[in-house]
Amino acid sequence: MVKGKVWKYGDDVNTDVIFPGKYTYTVTDPAEIASHALEDLDPDFAANVKPGDVVVVGRNFGCGSSREQAAFCLKYAGVGAVVAESFARIFYRNAINAGLPMVVSKDAPDALVTGDPVDIDFTAGELRAADGKVFTFPPLPPEVMAIVEAGGLVEYVKRRLNR
Amino acid sequence: MGKPFAEKIFSARAGRDVVPGEIITVEPDYVLSHDNTAAIAATFAKMGAEKVLHPERLVIVLDHCVPAADAKHAENHKKIREFVAEQGVEHFYDVGRGICHQVLPEEGFARPGRLILGSDSHTTTYGALGAFSAGIGRSEAAAIWATGEIWLMCPESVRMNMTGEFARGVGPKDLILSIIGDVGADGMLYKSVEFAGETMEVMSVAGHMVLANMSVEMGAKNGYVAPNDKTAEWLASRESAEYEAVYPDADASYESELEYDVTDLPPMVAKPHTVDNVAPVEEVVGTAVDQVVLGTCTNGREDDLEEAARILEDRTVASGCRLLVFPASREIWREAMKSGAFEAIEGAGGIIMNAGCGPCLGAHEGVLAPGEVCLSTANRNFKGRMGTPEAEIYLASPATAAATAVEGRIADPRGYL
Repeated sequence: MVKGKVWKYGDDVNTDVIFPGKYTYTVTDPAEIASHALEDLDPDFAANVKPGDVVVVGRNFGCGSSREQAAFCLKYAGVGAVVAESFARIFYRNAINAGLPMVVSKDAPDALVTGDPVDIDFTAGELRAADGKVFTFPPLPPEVMAIVEAGGLVEYVKRRLNR
Repeated sequence: MGKPFAEKIFSARAGRDVVPGEIITVEPDYVLSHDNTAAIAATFAKMGAEKVLHPERLVIVLDHCVPAADAKHAENHKKIREFVAEQGVEHFYDVGRGICHQVLPEEGFARPGRLILGSDSHTTTYGALGAFSAGIGRSEAAAIWATGEIWLMCPESVRMNMTGEFARGVGPKDLILSIIGDVGADGMLYKSVEFAGETMEVMSVAGHMVLANMSVEMGAKNGYVAPNDKTAEWLASRESAEYEAVYPDADASYESELEYDVTDLPPMVAKPHTVDNVAPVEEVVGTAVDQVVLGTCTNGREDDLEEAARILEDRTVASGCRLLVFPASREIWREAMKSGAFEAIEGAGGIIMNAGCGPCLGAHEGVLAPGEVCLSTANRNFKGRMGTPEAEIYLASPATAAATAVEGRIADPRGYL
Protein backbone atom coordinates (compact mmCIF):
# COMPACT_ATOMS: atom_id res chain seq x y z
CA MET A 1 0.00 0.00 0.00
CA VAL A 2 1.34 3.41 -0.99
CA LYS A 3 -0.16 6.73 0.17
CA GLY A 4 1.12 10.11 -0.89
CA LYS A 5 0.85 13.21 -3.01
CA VAL A 6 1.18 13.38 -6.76
CA TRP A 7 4.12 14.96 -8.60
CA LYS A 8 2.90 15.23 -12.20
CA TYR A 9 5.08 15.46 -15.33
CA GLY A 10 4.65 14.85 -19.07
CA ASP A 11 5.65 12.35 -21.77
CA ASP A 12 9.13 11.07 -22.67
CA VAL A 13 10.80 12.11 -19.41
CA ASN A 14 14.36 10.90 -20.09
CA THR A 15 17.08 9.60 -17.78
CA ASP A 16 19.29 12.66 -18.32
CA VAL A 17 16.71 14.91 -16.61
CA ILE A 18 15.89 12.26 -13.98
CA PHE A 19 19.54 11.78 -13.02
CA PRO A 20 22.13 13.80 -15.00
CA GLY A 21 24.90 11.79 -16.70
CA LYS A 22 27.66 13.89 -15.17
CA TYR A 23 27.03 12.27 -11.77
CA THR A 24 26.83 8.66 -12.89
CA TYR A 25 30.40 7.55 -12.16
CA THR A 26 31.21 9.63 -9.14
CA VAL A 27 28.08 9.93 -6.95
CA THR A 28 27.46 6.74 -4.98
CA ASP A 29 25.99 7.75 -1.61
CA PRO A 30 22.21 7.04 -1.54
CA ALA A 31 21.34 10.40 0.08
CA GLU A 32 23.44 12.25 -2.47
CA ILE A 33 21.90 10.24 -5.32
CA ALA A 34 18.45 11.19 -3.97
CA SER A 35 19.43 14.86 -3.82
CA HIS A 36 19.84 14.92 -7.64
CA ALA A 37 16.49 13.23 -8.41
CA LEU A 38 14.72 14.98 -11.31
CA GLU A 39 17.31 17.77 -11.07
CA ASP A 40 17.03 18.96 -14.67
CA LEU A 41 13.25 18.45 -14.84
CA ASP A 42 12.04 19.99 -11.59
CA PRO A 43 14.73 21.56 -9.37
CA ASP A 44 12.19 21.77 -6.48
CA PHE A 45 11.43 18.05 -6.43
CA ALA A 46 14.30 16.55 -4.45
CA ALA A 47 14.07 19.03 -1.56
CA ASN A 48 10.29 18.77 -1.20
CA VAL A 49 9.29 15.18 -2.00
CA LYS A 50 7.85 13.27 0.97
CA PRO A 51 8.07 9.52 1.64
CA GLY A 52 5.26 7.74 -0.19
CA ASP A 53 4.74 10.48 -2.78
CA VAL A 54 3.84 9.26 -6.24
CA VAL A 55 5.41 10.41 -9.51
CA VAL A 56 2.73 10.47 -12.22
CA VAL A 57 3.79 10.78 -15.85
CA GLY A 58 2.68 10.16 -19.42
CA ARG A 59 4.21 7.90 -22.01
CA ASN A 60 7.75 6.41 -22.20
CA PHE A 61 8.97 7.38 -18.74
CA GLY A 62 12.70 6.80 -18.27
CA CYS A 63 13.72 6.70 -21.92
CA GLY A 64 17.40 7.11 -22.76
CA SER A 65 20.38 5.78 -20.87
CA SER A 66 20.49 2.46 -18.98
CA ARG A 67 21.71 4.21 -15.81
CA GLU A 68 19.86 2.65 -12.93
CA GLN A 69 20.34 5.64 -10.67
CA ALA A 70 17.33 6.97 -12.59
CA ALA A 71 15.24 4.40 -10.68
CA PHE A 72 17.31 4.38 -7.49
CA CYS A 73 17.28 8.19 -7.11
CA LEU A 74 13.47 8.06 -6.93
CA LYS A 75 13.53 5.08 -4.58
CA TYR A 76 16.12 6.76 -2.32
CA ALA A 77 14.12 10.02 -2.43
CA GLY A 78 11.22 8.09 -0.88
CA VAL A 79 8.97 7.86 -3.94
CA GLY A 80 6.33 5.19 -3.24
CA ALA A 81 5.48 4.40 -6.84
CA VAL A 82 5.65 5.70 -10.39
CA VAL A 83 2.41 5.78 -12.35
CA ALA A 84 2.82 6.05 -16.13
CA GLU A 85 0.97 5.44 -19.35
CA SER A 86 4.07 3.47 -20.38
CA PHE A 87 7.69 2.96 -19.31
CA ALA A 88 10.87 2.73 -21.38
CA ARG A 89 12.02 -0.87 -21.12
CA ILE A 90 15.39 -0.51 -19.39
CA PHE A 91 13.90 1.87 -16.83
CA TYR A 92 11.13 -0.67 -16.23
CA ARG A 93 13.75 -3.34 -15.50
CA ASN A 94 15.79 -0.98 -13.33
CA ALA A 95 12.73 -0.01 -11.28
CA ILE A 96 11.96 -3.68 -10.64
CA ASN A 97 15.55 -4.21 -9.58
CA ALA A 98 15.42 -1.17 -7.29
CA GLY A 99 12.20 -2.46 -5.69
CA LEU A 100 10.38 0.65 -6.94
CA PRO A 101 6.76 -0.28 -7.67
CA MET A 102 5.27 0.77 -11.00
CA VAL A 103 1.71 1.20 -12.17
CA VAL A 104 0.89 1.16 -15.88
CA SER A 105 -2.40 2.97 -16.48
CA LYS A 106 -3.73 4.60 -19.64
CA ASP A 107 -6.27 6.75 -17.76
CA ALA A 108 -4.94 7.59 -14.31
CA PRO A 109 -2.18 10.02 -15.41
CA ASP A 110 -4.66 12.23 -17.27
CA ALA A 111 -6.97 12.40 -14.27
CA LEU A 112 -4.32 13.42 -11.73
CA VAL A 113 -2.52 16.72 -11.08
CA THR A 114 0.37 17.75 -8.85
CA GLY A 115 -0.64 17.82 -5.20
CA ASP A 116 -3.53 15.33 -5.49
CA PRO A 117 -3.55 12.77 -2.69
CA VAL A 118 -3.70 9.16 -3.96
CA ASP A 119 -3.43 5.70 -2.52
CA ILE A 120 -2.36 2.59 -4.37
CA ASP A 121 -3.24 -0.94 -3.36
CA PHE A 122 -0.92 -3.34 -5.22
CA THR A 123 -2.69 -6.47 -4.01
CA ALA A 124 -6.04 -5.29 -5.31
CA GLY A 125 -4.46 -3.59 -8.34
CA GLU A 126 -6.25 -0.32 -7.58
CA LEU A 127 -5.25 3.32 -7.57
CA ARG A 128 -7.71 5.51 -5.67
CA ALA A 129 -7.88 9.27 -6.25
CA ALA A 130 -9.19 11.79 -3.69
CA ASP A 131 -12.41 12.38 -5.65
CA GLY A 132 -13.29 8.71 -5.22
CA LYS A 133 -12.30 7.67 -8.73
CA VAL A 134 -10.71 4.21 -8.86
CA PHE A 135 -8.32 3.09 -11.57
CA THR A 136 -7.48 -0.58 -11.88
CA PHE A 137 -4.17 -1.87 -13.24
CA PRO A 138 -2.79 -5.31 -14.10
CA PRO A 139 -0.37 -6.92 -11.62
CA LEU A 140 3.31 -7.43 -12.57
CA PRO A 141 4.19 -10.89 -13.96
CA PRO A 142 4.96 -13.30 -11.07
CA GLU A 143 8.65 -13.73 -12.05
CA VAL A 144 9.03 -9.98 -11.76
CA MET A 145 6.85 -9.48 -8.68
CA ALA A 146 9.12 -11.92 -6.83
CA ILE A 147 12.01 -9.47 -7.32
CA VAL A 148 10.00 -6.41 -6.23
CA GLU A 149 8.67 -8.33 -3.21
CA ALA A 150 12.20 -9.32 -2.21
CA GLY A 151 12.92 -5.57 -2.07
CA GLY A 152 14.91 -5.51 -5.29
CA LEU A 153 17.38 -7.62 -7.23
CA VAL A 154 20.20 -7.42 -4.68
CA GLU A 155 18.09 -9.05 -1.97
CA TYR A 156 16.63 -11.50 -4.49
CA VAL A 157 20.06 -12.73 -5.63
CA LYS A 158 21.38 -12.74 -2.06
CA ARG A 159 18.58 -15.11 -1.02
CA ARG A 160 19.22 -17.27 -4.05
CA LEU A 161 22.96 -17.55 -3.38
CA ASN A 162 22.22 -18.47 0.25
CA ARG A 163 19.80 -21.24 -0.66
CA MET B 1 3.33 -19.10 -39.82
CA GLY B 2 7.06 -18.59 -39.29
CA LYS B 3 8.83 -16.71 -36.54
CA PRO B 4 10.74 -13.43 -36.62
CA PHE B 5 14.35 -13.26 -35.38
CA ALA B 6 13.59 -12.56 -31.71
CA GLU B 7 11.18 -15.47 -31.34
CA LYS B 8 13.63 -17.75 -33.17
CA ILE B 9 16.53 -16.96 -30.88
CA PHE B 10 14.39 -16.99 -27.71
CA SER B 11 12.96 -20.39 -28.70
CA ALA B 12 16.45 -21.72 -29.47
CA ARG B 13 17.75 -20.53 -26.10
CA ALA B 14 14.77 -21.82 -24.14
CA GLY B 15 14.73 -25.16 -25.98
CA ARG B 16 11.00 -24.80 -26.60
CA ASP B 17 8.54 -22.69 -28.54
CA VAL B 18 8.48 -19.15 -27.12
CA VAL B 19 5.91 -16.50 -28.04
CA PRO B 20 5.97 -12.72 -27.43
CA GLY B 21 5.19 -11.72 -23.84
CA GLU B 22 6.66 -14.91 -22.39
CA ILE B 23 9.44 -14.54 -19.84
CA ILE B 24 12.38 -16.93 -20.11
CA THR B 25 15.61 -17.32 -18.18
CA VAL B 26 18.65 -16.96 -20.42
CA GLU B 27 22.40 -17.37 -20.09
CA PRO B 28 23.96 -14.54 -22.10
CA ASP B 29 27.10 -15.43 -24.08
CA TYR B 30 28.72 -12.17 -23.02
CA VAL B 31 27.91 -9.39 -20.62
CA LEU B 32 29.36 -5.96 -21.29
CA SER B 33 30.22 -3.25 -18.81
CA HIS B 34 32.39 -0.14 -19.05
CA ASP B 35 33.29 2.65 -16.63
CA ASN B 36 30.28 1.47 -14.62
CA THR B 37 32.09 -1.80 -13.75
CA ALA B 38 33.19 -0.58 -10.29
CA ALA B 39 29.58 0.26 -9.42
CA ILE B 40 28.48 -3.19 -10.66
CA ALA B 41 31.24 -4.78 -8.56
CA ALA B 42 29.92 -2.94 -5.49
CA THR B 43 26.41 -4.31 -6.14
CA PHE B 44 27.91 -7.76 -6.77
CA ALA B 45 29.52 -7.60 -3.31
CA LYS B 46 26.20 -6.45 -1.76
CA MET B 47 24.61 -9.55 -3.20
CA GLY B 48 27.02 -11.58 -1.10
CA ALA B 49 28.78 -12.91 -4.19
CA GLU B 50 32.54 -13.38 -4.20
CA LYS B 51 33.68 -15.05 -7.42
CA VAL B 52 32.27 -14.30 -10.87
CA LEU B 53 30.66 -17.51 -12.06
CA HIS B 54 31.90 -17.25 -15.66
CA PRO B 55 34.67 -14.63 -15.85
CA GLU B 56 35.25 -15.58 -19.50
CA ARG B 57 31.82 -14.15 -20.35
CA LEU B 58 32.64 -10.68 -19.05
CA VAL B 59 33.80 -8.05 -21.50
CA ILE B 60 34.93 -4.82 -19.86
CA VAL B 61 35.88 -1.76 -21.89
CA LEU B 62 36.93 1.57 -20.37
CA ASP B 63 35.54 4.22 -22.70
CA HIS B 64 33.12 6.63 -21.04
CA CYS B 65 35.60 9.00 -19.44
CA VAL B 66 39.00 8.12 -20.86
CA PRO B 67 41.67 9.12 -20.04
CA ALA B 68 40.27 10.00 -16.62
CA ALA B 69 39.12 13.62 -16.40
CA ASP B 70 39.81 14.00 -12.69
CA ALA B 71 40.91 12.09 -9.59
CA LYS B 72 37.42 10.66 -8.99
CA HIS B 73 37.25 9.15 -12.46
CA ALA B 74 40.86 7.94 -12.13
CA GLU B 75 39.96 6.21 -8.87
CA ASN B 76 36.98 4.59 -10.57
CA HIS B 77 39.24 3.22 -13.33
CA LYS B 78 41.75 2.00 -10.75
CA LYS B 79 39.05 0.07 -8.89
CA ILE B 80 38.01 -1.57 -12.15
CA ARG B 81 41.58 -2.66 -12.94
CA GLU B 82 41.84 -4.17 -9.46
CA PHE B 83 38.55 -6.02 -9.90
CA VAL B 84 39.68 -7.34 -13.30
CA ALA B 85 42.91 -8.70 -11.79
CA GLU B 86 41.15 -10.16 -8.75
CA GLN B 87 38.50 -11.98 -10.79
CA GLY B 88 40.78 -13.05 -13.64
CA VAL B 89 38.73 -11.23 -16.30
CA GLU B 90 40.56 -11.92 -19.53
CA HIS B 91 38.51 -9.69 -21.87
CA PHE B 92 39.51 -6.33 -20.45
CA TYR B 93 40.21 -3.34 -22.70
CA ASP B 94 41.83 -0.42 -20.94
CA VAL B 95 41.82 3.30 -21.74
CA GLY B 96 42.54 3.98 -25.40
CA ARG B 97 41.26 0.76 -27.00
CA GLY B 98 38.00 2.39 -28.07
CA ILE B 99 34.27 2.60 -27.49
CA CYS B 100 32.73 -0.67 -26.29
CA HIS B 101 30.24 -0.78 -29.16
CA GLN B 102 33.09 -0.83 -31.67
CA VAL B 103 35.48 -2.95 -29.60
CA LEU B 104 33.05 -5.88 -29.15
CA PRO B 105 32.58 -6.27 -32.91
CA GLU B 106 36.32 -5.83 -33.61
CA GLU B 107 37.40 -8.28 -30.91
CA GLY B 108 35.07 -11.03 -32.10
CA PHE B 109 32.39 -10.96 -29.37
CA ALA B 110 29.55 -9.43 -31.36
CA ARG B 111 28.75 -12.16 -33.85
CA PRO B 112 25.61 -13.57 -35.56
CA GLY B 113 23.33 -15.59 -33.30
CA ARG B 114 25.02 -14.55 -30.07
CA LEU B 115 23.08 -13.27 -27.07
CA ILE B 116 24.80 -10.26 -25.55
CA LEU B 117 23.54 -8.10 -22.71
CA GLY B 118 25.28 -4.94 -21.66
CA SER B 119 25.00 -2.39 -18.96
CA ASP B 120 24.68 0.31 -21.59
CA SER B 121 21.60 1.29 -23.56
CA HIS B 122 23.39 1.26 -26.94
CA THR B 123 24.21 -2.44 -26.55
CA THR B 124 21.59 -2.78 -29.32
CA THR B 125 24.46 -2.04 -31.76
CA TYR B 126 25.49 -5.72 -32.12
CA GLY B 127 22.21 -6.53 -33.84
CA ALA B 128 23.98 -5.02 -36.86
CA LEU B 129 25.99 -8.26 -36.97
CA GLY B 130 23.00 -10.53 -36.40
CA ALA B 131 23.26 -10.85 -32.61
CA PHE B 132 20.43 -10.41 -30.13
CA SER B 133 21.74 -7.66 -27.92
CA ALA B 134 20.05 -5.38 -25.45
CA GLY B 135 20.82 -3.00 -22.63
CA ILE B 136 20.26 -3.90 -18.99
CA GLY B 137 20.86 -2.13 -15.68
CA ARG B 138 23.92 -2.33 -13.46
CA SER B 139 22.28 -4.57 -10.83
CA GLU B 140 21.28 -6.96 -13.58
CA ALA B 141 24.86 -7.17 -14.81
CA ALA B 142 25.86 -7.98 -11.20
CA ALA B 143 23.16 -10.67 -11.04
CA ILE B 144 24.52 -12.25 -14.25
CA TRP B 145 28.08 -12.19 -12.88
CA ALA B 146 26.80 -13.98 -9.76
CA THR B 147 24.38 -16.48 -11.29
CA GLY B 148 25.16 -16.60 -15.02
CA GLU B 149 21.54 -15.90 -15.90
CA ILE B 150 18.75 -13.32 -16.09
CA TRP B 151 15.09 -13.03 -17.14
CA LEU B 152 14.10 -11.63 -20.52
CA MET B 153 10.68 -11.09 -22.01
CA CYS B 154 10.26 -12.18 -25.61
CA PRO B 155 9.41 -9.03 -27.58
CA GLU B 156 6.94 -8.48 -30.40
CA SER B 157 8.70 -7.89 -33.73
CA VAL B 158 8.39 -5.12 -36.31
CA ARG B 159 10.03 -5.24 -39.73
CA MET B 160 11.16 -2.07 -41.49
CA ASN B 161 11.65 -2.59 -45.22
CA MET B 162 14.11 -0.20 -46.81
CA THR B 163 14.14 0.41 -50.56
CA GLY B 164 15.98 2.74 -52.92
CA GLU B 165 19.43 4.25 -53.04
CA PHE B 166 20.65 7.19 -50.94
CA ALA B 167 21.28 10.50 -52.69
CA ARG B 168 24.82 11.87 -52.47
CA GLY B 169 25.50 13.33 -49.00
CA VAL B 170 22.66 11.32 -47.45
CA GLY B 171 23.13 8.06 -45.52
CA PRO B 172 22.16 5.70 -42.70
CA LYS B 173 22.14 8.43 -40.02
CA ASP B 174 19.62 10.48 -42.00
CA LEU B 175 17.52 7.35 -42.46
CA ILE B 176 17.42 6.40 -38.79
CA LEU B 177 16.69 9.99 -37.73
CA SER B 178 13.82 10.11 -40.19
CA ILE B 179 12.48 6.77 -38.89
CA ILE B 180 12.70 7.95 -35.26
CA GLY B 181 10.98 11.20 -36.22
CA ASP B 182 8.29 9.13 -37.91
CA VAL B 183 7.56 6.59 -35.15
CA GLY B 184 8.52 8.74 -32.13
CA ALA B 185 10.74 8.18 -29.10
CA ASP B 186 8.46 5.41 -27.84
CA GLY B 187 7.23 4.20 -31.23
CA MET B 188 9.03 0.85 -30.94
CA LEU B 189 8.81 0.44 -27.16
CA TYR B 190 9.76 -3.15 -26.13
CA LYS B 191 9.90 -4.22 -29.80
CA SER B 192 12.48 -6.21 -31.70
CA VAL B 193 13.06 -4.11 -34.82
CA GLU B 194 14.35 -5.85 -37.96
CA PHE B 195 15.93 -3.63 -40.62
CA ALA B 196 15.43 -5.35 -43.97
CA GLY B 197 15.04 -4.70 -47.68
CA GLU B 198 17.27 -4.02 -50.67
CA THR B 199 18.91 -0.91 -49.20
CA MET B 200 20.40 -3.05 -46.42
CA GLU B 201 22.12 -5.28 -48.98
CA VAL B 202 24.29 -2.42 -50.25
CA MET B 203 24.70 -0.55 -46.97
CA SER B 204 28.06 -1.07 -45.21
CA VAL B 205 28.27 -2.83 -41.84
CA ALA B 206 29.12 0.57 -40.33
CA GLY B 207 25.74 1.73 -41.66
CA HIS B 208 24.00 -1.33 -40.20
CA MET B 209 25.56 -0.34 -36.87
CA VAL B 210 24.13 3.20 -37.08
CA LEU B 211 20.60 1.77 -37.43
CA ALA B 212 20.97 -0.89 -34.71
CA ASN B 213 22.71 1.57 -32.37
CA MET B 214 19.90 4.11 -32.56
CA SER B 215 17.03 1.62 -32.45
CA VAL B 216 16.97 2.19 -28.67
CA GLU B 217 16.13 5.86 -29.36
CA MET B 218 12.68 4.76 -30.53
CA GLY B 219 12.31 2.51 -27.48
CA ALA B 220 13.28 -0.80 -29.13
CA LYS B 221 14.55 -3.71 -27.08
CA ASN B 222 16.92 -4.67 -29.88
CA GLY B 223 17.65 -3.87 -33.51
CA TYR B 224 18.59 -6.56 -36.01
CA VAL B 225 20.01 -6.82 -39.51
CA ALA B 226 19.98 -10.31 -41.03
CA PRO B 227 23.60 -11.18 -41.89
CA ASN B 228 24.10 -10.61 -45.64
CA ASP B 229 27.04 -10.41 -48.08
CA LYS B 230 28.25 -7.15 -46.54
CA THR B 231 28.23 -8.79 -43.10
CA ALA B 232 30.07 -11.86 -44.42
CA GLU B 233 32.73 -9.68 -46.02
CA TRP B 234 33.23 -7.75 -42.76
CA LEU B 235 33.37 -10.92 -40.66
CA ALA B 236 35.77 -12.70 -43.02
CA SER B 237 38.52 -10.20 -42.22
CA ARG B 238 38.26 -10.74 -38.45
CA GLU B 239 38.86 -13.59 -36.05
CA SER B 240 36.31 -15.02 -33.69
CA ALA B 241 35.31 -18.21 -31.91
CA GLU B 242 32.59 -20.19 -33.68
CA TYR B 243 29.06 -18.88 -33.96
CA GLU B 244 25.82 -19.87 -35.60
CA ALA B 245 23.67 -17.25 -37.32
CA VAL B 246 19.95 -17.08 -36.56
CA TYR B 247 17.64 -15.76 -39.28
CA PRO B 248 13.94 -14.90 -39.22
CA ASP B 249 11.76 -17.39 -41.10
CA ALA B 250 10.93 -16.34 -44.65
CA ASP B 251 7.21 -16.48 -43.79
CA ALA B 252 7.61 -14.83 -40.39
CA SER B 253 4.66 -12.87 -39.11
CA TYR B 254 5.30 -9.40 -37.69
CA GLU B 255 3.23 -7.19 -35.45
CA SER B 256 3.61 -4.59 -38.17
CA GLU B 257 5.73 -3.81 -41.23
CA LEU B 258 6.82 -0.32 -42.22
CA GLU B 259 8.14 0.78 -45.61
CA TYR B 260 10.84 3.41 -46.13
CA ASP B 261 12.04 4.55 -49.56
CA VAL B 262 15.36 6.37 -49.14
CA THR B 263 15.54 7.70 -52.73
CA ASP B 264 14.33 11.22 -51.98
CA LEU B 265 15.45 11.34 -48.36
CA PRO B 266 17.21 14.67 -47.58
CA PRO B 267 19.85 15.14 -44.85
CA MET B 268 18.00 15.12 -41.52
CA VAL B 269 18.66 16.62 -38.11
CA ALA B 270 17.23 16.05 -34.64
CA LYS B 271 16.64 19.42 -33.03
CA PRO B 272 16.94 20.12 -29.28
CA HIS B 273 15.99 18.45 -26.91
CA THR B 274 14.66 15.08 -28.08
CA VAL B 275 15.86 12.59 -30.67
CA ASP B 276 12.41 12.41 -32.29
CA ASN B 277 12.27 16.19 -32.86
CA VAL B 278 13.41 15.60 -36.43
CA ALA B 279 13.42 17.91 -39.46
CA PRO B 280 15.09 18.09 -42.88
CA VAL B 281 18.33 20.06 -42.62
CA GLU B 282 16.85 22.88 -44.77
CA GLU B 283 14.68 23.89 -41.84
CA VAL B 284 17.64 24.75 -39.61
CA VAL B 285 20.30 25.74 -42.15
CA GLY B 286 22.09 28.87 -40.95
CA THR B 287 21.77 28.17 -37.21
CA ALA B 288 25.08 29.29 -35.66
CA VAL B 289 27.03 26.56 -33.83
CA ASP B 290 29.93 26.83 -31.38
CA GLN B 291 31.05 23.21 -31.57
CA VAL B 292 30.79 20.23 -33.89
CA VAL B 293 31.41 16.70 -32.59
CA LEU B 294 32.25 13.94 -35.05
CA GLY B 295 32.48 10.45 -33.57
CA THR B 296 30.80 8.34 -30.85
CA CYS B 297 29.42 4.79 -30.97
CA THR B 298 26.96 5.97 -33.61
CA ASN B 299 29.23 7.69 -36.15
CA GLY B 300 32.89 7.30 -35.27
CA ARG B 301 33.77 4.70 -37.90
CA GLU B 302 35.95 4.76 -41.03
CA ASP B 303 33.02 5.51 -43.36
CA ASP B 304 32.08 8.45 -41.17
CA LEU B 305 35.56 9.94 -40.88
CA GLU B 306 36.20 9.52 -44.61
CA GLU B 307 32.89 11.13 -45.55
CA ALA B 308 33.72 14.10 -43.33
CA ALA B 309 37.29 14.24 -44.69
CA ARG B 310 36.00 14.50 -48.27
CA ILE B 311 34.14 17.66 -47.30
CA LEU B 312 36.92 19.11 -45.14
CA GLU B 313 39.72 18.46 -47.65
CA ASP B 314 41.17 21.84 -48.69
CA ARG B 315 38.61 23.71 -46.63
CA THR B 316 38.83 25.35 -43.21
CA VAL B 317 36.74 25.04 -40.06
CA ALA B 318 34.97 28.39 -39.56
CA SER B 319 36.49 30.81 -37.13
CA GLY B 320 34.66 30.65 -33.78
CA CYS B 321 33.65 27.02 -34.33
CA ARG B 322 35.43 24.02 -32.77
CA LEU B 323 35.51 20.65 -34.55
CA LEU B 324 36.27 17.73 -32.21
CA VAL B 325 36.83 14.28 -33.72
CA PHE B 326 36.61 11.04 -31.72
CA PRO B 327 37.33 7.82 -33.65
CA ALA B 328 35.36 4.87 -32.24
CA SER B 329 38.43 2.69 -31.74
CA ARG B 330 42.20 2.55 -31.97
CA GLU B 331 41.84 0.41 -35.09
CA ILE B 332 39.78 3.14 -36.76
CA TRP B 333 42.24 5.76 -35.52
CA ARG B 334 45.04 3.92 -37.35
CA GLU B 335 42.96 3.49 -40.50
CA ALA B 336 42.16 7.19 -40.55
CA MET B 337 45.89 7.95 -40.22
CA LYS B 338 46.66 5.69 -43.18
CA SER B 339 43.77 6.75 -45.39
CA GLY B 340 44.57 10.43 -45.13
CA ALA B 341 41.26 11.22 -43.43
CA PHE B 342 43.02 12.65 -40.38
CA GLU B 343 45.31 14.75 -42.53
CA ALA B 344 42.30 16.33 -44.24
CA ILE B 345 40.43 16.88 -40.97
CA GLU B 346 43.45 18.20 -39.08
CA GLY B 347 44.46 20.32 -42.05
CA ALA B 348 41.06 21.98 -41.93
CA GLY B 349 41.54 22.83 -38.27
CA GLY B 350 39.74 19.87 -36.69
CA ILE B 351 41.03 18.53 -33.38
CA ILE B 352 41.74 14.79 -33.41
CA MET B 353 41.00 13.28 -30.00
CA ASN B 354 41.57 9.81 -28.54
CA ALA B 355 39.22 6.89 -29.17
CA GLY B 356 36.41 7.06 -26.62
CA CYS B 357 32.98 8.51 -25.84
CA GLY B 358 34.33 12.07 -25.57
CA PRO B 359 31.83 14.75 -24.50
CA CYS B 360 28.77 12.77 -25.66
CA LEU B 361 27.55 12.14 -22.12
CA GLY B 362 28.86 15.35 -20.67
CA ALA B 363 31.76 13.95 -18.67
CA HIS B 364 34.75 15.74 -20.28
CA GLU B 365 36.74 16.46 -23.45
CA GLY B 366 34.61 19.25 -24.83
CA VAL B 367 31.52 19.80 -22.69
CA LEU B 368 29.46 22.88 -23.52
CA ALA B 369 28.99 26.23 -21.81
CA PRO B 370 25.51 27.57 -21.02
CA GLY B 371 24.08 29.22 -24.13
CA GLU B 372 26.27 27.27 -26.56
CA VAL B 373 25.03 25.27 -29.52
CA CYS B 374 26.56 21.98 -30.65
CA LEU B 375 25.94 19.82 -33.69
CA SER B 376 26.95 16.24 -33.00
CA THR B 377 26.94 12.90 -34.80
CA ALA B 378 26.00 11.21 -31.49
CA ASN B 379 22.71 9.58 -30.64
CA ARG B 380 21.22 11.78 -27.89
CA ASN B 381 20.47 15.47 -27.61
CA PHE B 382 18.64 15.50 -24.29
CA LYS B 383 18.71 18.63 -22.18
CA GLY B 384 21.86 18.58 -20.05
CA ARG B 385 23.40 15.71 -22.00
CA MET B 386 26.66 17.52 -22.77
CA GLY B 387 27.26 19.08 -19.40
CA THR B 388 24.70 21.89 -19.00
CA PRO B 389 20.91 22.07 -19.46
CA GLU B 390 21.35 25.51 -20.97
CA ALA B 391 23.09 24.28 -24.13
CA GLU B 392 21.41 23.11 -27.33
CA ILE B 393 22.39 19.93 -29.19
CA TYR B 394 21.51 19.07 -32.78
CA LEU B 395 22.12 15.53 -34.09
CA ALA B 396 23.07 14.85 -37.68
CA SER B 397 25.22 12.78 -40.05
CA PRO B 398 29.01 13.03 -40.43
CA ALA B 399 28.53 14.83 -43.77
CA THR B 400 26.23 17.44 -42.22
CA ALA B 401 28.66 17.78 -39.31
CA ALA B 402 31.59 18.47 -41.65
CA ALA B 403 29.68 21.00 -43.76
CA THR B 404 28.47 22.68 -40.56
CA ALA B 405 32.04 22.94 -39.23
CA VAL B 406 33.12 24.65 -42.45
CA GLU B 407 30.35 27.26 -42.24
CA GLY B 408 30.12 27.61 -38.47
CA ARG B 409 26.39 27.35 -39.12
CA ILE B 410 24.23 24.32 -39.76
CA ALA B 411 24.76 23.51 -43.42
CA ASP B 412 23.40 21.18 -46.10
CA PRO B 413 26.24 18.80 -47.07
CA ARG B 414 24.86 18.21 -50.57
CA GLY B 415 26.49 21.40 -51.81
CA TYR B 416 29.90 20.04 -50.79
CA LEU B 417 29.96 16.60 -52.40
